[in-house]
Amino acid sequence: MTTPAADPAANLARYLEAQSQKTLLRFITCGSVDDGKSTLIGRLLYESSVVLEDQLAALATDSRKVGSRGAELDFALLVDGLAAEREQGITIDVAYRYFATARRKFIVADTPGHEQYTRNMATGASTAELAVILVDARKGVLTQTRRHSYLCALLGIKRIVLAINKMDLVGYQQERARAIEDEYREFAALLGVGEIRVIPLSAALGDNVVAAGGNMPWYQGPTLLGHLESVDIAVDDGAAPFRFPVQWVNRPNSDFRGFAGLVASGRIATGQAVRIAPSGRESTIERIVTATGDLREAVAGQSVTLTLASDVDVSRGDIITTREAPLECADQFEATLIWMHEEPMLQGRQYLLKLGAQTLLATVMPLKYRVNVDTLEHEAAERLELNDIGVCELQFDRVTGFEPYTANRALGGFILMDRLTNDTVGAGLLHFALRRSQNIHWQALEIDRRVRAAQKGQRGCVLWLTGLSGAGKSTIANLIDKRLVALGRHTYLLDGDNVRHGLNKDLGFTPQDRVENIRRVAEVARLMAEAGLITLVSFISPFRSERRMARELMGEGEFFEVHVDAPLAAAEARDPKGLYKKARRGELSNFTGIDSPYEAPEHPEIHIDTTALTPEQAAERIVEHIARAGVLAPAPRAG
Amino acid sequence: MSDASHGQASAPGRRLLTHLDRLEAESIHIFREVVAECAKPVMLYSVGKDSAVMLHLARKAFFPAALPFPLLHVDTTWKFRAMYEFRDEVAKQPGIELLVHVNQDGLARGIGPVTHGSQIHTDVMKTEGLKQALDRHGFDAAFGGARRDEEKSRAKERIFSFRTPAHRWDPKRQRPELWSVYNTRTNKGESVRVFPLSNWTELDVWEYIYREQIPIVPLYLAAPRPVVERDGALILVDDERLPLRAGEKPTLRSVRFRTLGCYPLTGAIESTAGSVAAIIEEMLASRTSERQGRVIDHDAGASMEKKKQEGYF
Repeated sequence: MTTPAADPAANLARYLEAQSQKTLLRFITCGSVDDGKSTLIGRLLYESSVVLEDQLAALATDSRKVGSRGAELDFALLVDGLAAEREQGITIDVAYRYFATARRKFIVADTPGHEQYTRNMATGASTAELAVILVDARKGVLTQTRRHSYLCALLGIKRIVLAINKMDLVGYQQERARAIEDEYREFAALLGVGEIRVIPLSAALGDNVVAAGGNMPWYQGPTLLGHLESVDIAVDDGAAPFRFPVQWVNRPNSDFRGFAGLVASGRIATGQAVRIAPSGRESTIERIVTATGDLREAVAGQSVTLTLASDVDVSRGDIITTREAPLECADQFEATLIWMHEEPMLQGRQYLLKLGAQTLLATVMPLKYRVNVDTLEHEAAERLELNDIGVCELQFDRVTGFEPYTANRALGGFILMDRLTNDTVGAGLLHFALRRSQNIHWQALEIDRRVRAAQKGQRGCVLWLTGLSGAGKSTIANLIDKRLVALGRHTYLLDGDNVRHGLNKDLGFTPQDRVENIRRVAEVARLMAEAGLITLVSFISPFRSERRMARELMGEGEFFEVHVDAPLAAAEARDPKGLYKKARRGELSNFTGIDSPYEAPEHPEIHIDTTALTPEQAAERIVEHIARAGVLAPAPRAG
Repeated sequence: MSDASHGQASAPGRRLLTHLDRLEAESIHIFREVVAECAKPVMLYSVGKDSAVMLHLARKAFFPAALPFPLLHVDTTWKFRAMYEFRDEVAKQPGIELLVHVNQDGLARGIGPVTHGSQIHTDVMKTEGLKQALDRHGFDAAFGGARRDEEKSRAKERIFSFRTPAHRWDPKRQRPELWSVYNTRTNKGESVRVFPLSNWTELDVWEYIYREQIPIVPLYLAAPRPVVERDGALILVDDERLPLRAGEKPTLRSVRFRTLGCYPLTGAIESTAGSVAAIIEEMLASRTSERQGRVIDHDAGASMEKKKQEGYF
């Protein structure tokens, strides 16, 4: 093996030393289609010499073949990557570019200007410290300019460069640039952007990109690159409170228990007193471990491993803070959502939410309003479609430590994932807690579910019967109920019809109401199971996603999904309540099986084929199944 | 290395993390995220410099614990001898579990770069071989050393790149990536390719190798080696696996490799840079991009994207 040795050459050593002092600026470029973003980035790459010989040769060939500038080099071709978009001539996804000057290294997020790709803009802005917003000098401030500026501000970018491009096409007129600047500043004032730098330039010809050129003597400010190189980057110098989301617990052996993560803000030193959110437990930093030796101190941006002086319970997703600056904890928030999926957001549906290192379940409670990103007006809405932005209330399934997004991106920015497909469907920003539960300590209840169930000589559980209307769910559920009571067990039956007459009488049959209907029933079933009851639920419950939500409220082995399976024709032929006939006549809308889908269970614990079994046989089979699963025996005492 | 060389301030006050510090911290964060969330990760180990940096970062991420996943080398059987030697040395190190997979079917069919050309050889021995190995072990996450600066179509690749059960890269199913919050979730059969070096450039990689004194295959450093000139590339005569064409006569020239693929597919460059520092110096003067040495990228403009859709990295 070769271990390279340091080269003695003094000039090289100086160069490498200078490299080690370089800072990093991440920025985003945005603008409307044809504002010249790709051309601008291509030129920055070209001028900073990161475009290499063979790429230049390819560029020359491509420029002649598909370029839009005749025989001249078309810099946009350096950055337009995917084959499809090369043909269409527009950028359709976020691309990341890298270049460096003697003073700074840059990571550029090149984001699309096309209206339907708001989600990509938000993605690029999420990691950027500065935004370059392009406008075409001929067109001025457009709807999309406002949209992009709003998104940049929303995602916490505090520095904006307004690059007025294509000045060559308006005769380099100062009046034109000034008019655009005035209009933009007026709009930006509404957004509260911290700092706006206006630079008139020509990306295609190079004026004011790297060198000033002689065409705009009236402009005295820095060139674009000059500004990017010198703009002050806010550095977390340790003044911010210490925040350390625990990413992974490192336990190589019984002697070592370290908490690995990236310092999100502030600094910490050995010997400092710390507090864990959300448990509120306290300890002291013992060591700050890295592979190259222990540190005395760690600062924002470093990935380290902390050990604590005492044996406190800390797991992934917890957040370590100093004792002096603890974190607020809550489970209800107001948040902004940016919807990123074709499937719209439904109120009341549960989504997986990932915030820092924790993944939890979140329910969108009321959607308060949708933001019209062109006018910033609030509009009433019941759902969010792809690229919509809205403000809502979120209910988490547990209490968690957080900070408002404006104070800390890492502790306030989250993504939402679909529970079935795992797609990332949205992103969001926490604003504030609705019900403060700061510094909460959960007391373990002395009388827990185990005690309650043991008292009844059984285990609390949920038997969830799903199937089409008329499949025989209620009949079978009633038979199970009778059978279990005859065996001396404690049960309760929640039936679709009786719950809809009481608890859920405010709900109809739209998809949103169906989701909410099931959510409430699932929560009630959980409470009953916690009370030690064998809880029977007999609901059509047509959507997989909500049945899964119900399942996940329960512990392992406490939820039994029973598919009462009848072909639609058979259920319709039985039609005990005459509902299918009504639905067919169009008197009932959103009727499952007719004009609303039934998503059959993929892996139910119990599958009942109603064309082969009588209701009595079905009930018997289900009781046998739960008996085998140990539900009818008291739980073992061990915890 | 001492703390001081990492720029750790011992005195209180402001300290800026350097570019490399920030890249390192980000990569470590990515490694840890996968291990915390995925059921069965693996690191694809190609024996090259990017793999060397990945391995170094992974060790840092989990220190003092051993690597919590194995390395997987998809062996095309056409690597340089020096690469096999280097790989076997790495495999001997404590805490390293190295899996080697060869596409036996391809081997039986006698697929090779000399006889079948670069396209078929890469398809069968690398892409197919990789899929076979991932399926056999049921890995749900695979670390790769690809960087976004390598090639145009990679500039849009996610750090967590989602693959269908058939290992295909579907542009429509790629997930938006905000902040450093990564969606690692997969359904049965699906997987993610994870690129911890996404934001590194070639220069960053070399500067980091220099700073951290990371061992690399000696072929990266210039030395007199026997080469022939073929189709405009300098091909190393590594052993008898490369049949010489009529009139070809190996000559001894001072060469090094910017990238190490399969040996007849990878051209050397003339150089006298015998140390990592000298390589960095040479790179700053150089205007030839890294992948030029790889014959595979010289096809149609969007060839890399097509390869990616099929499951190549």
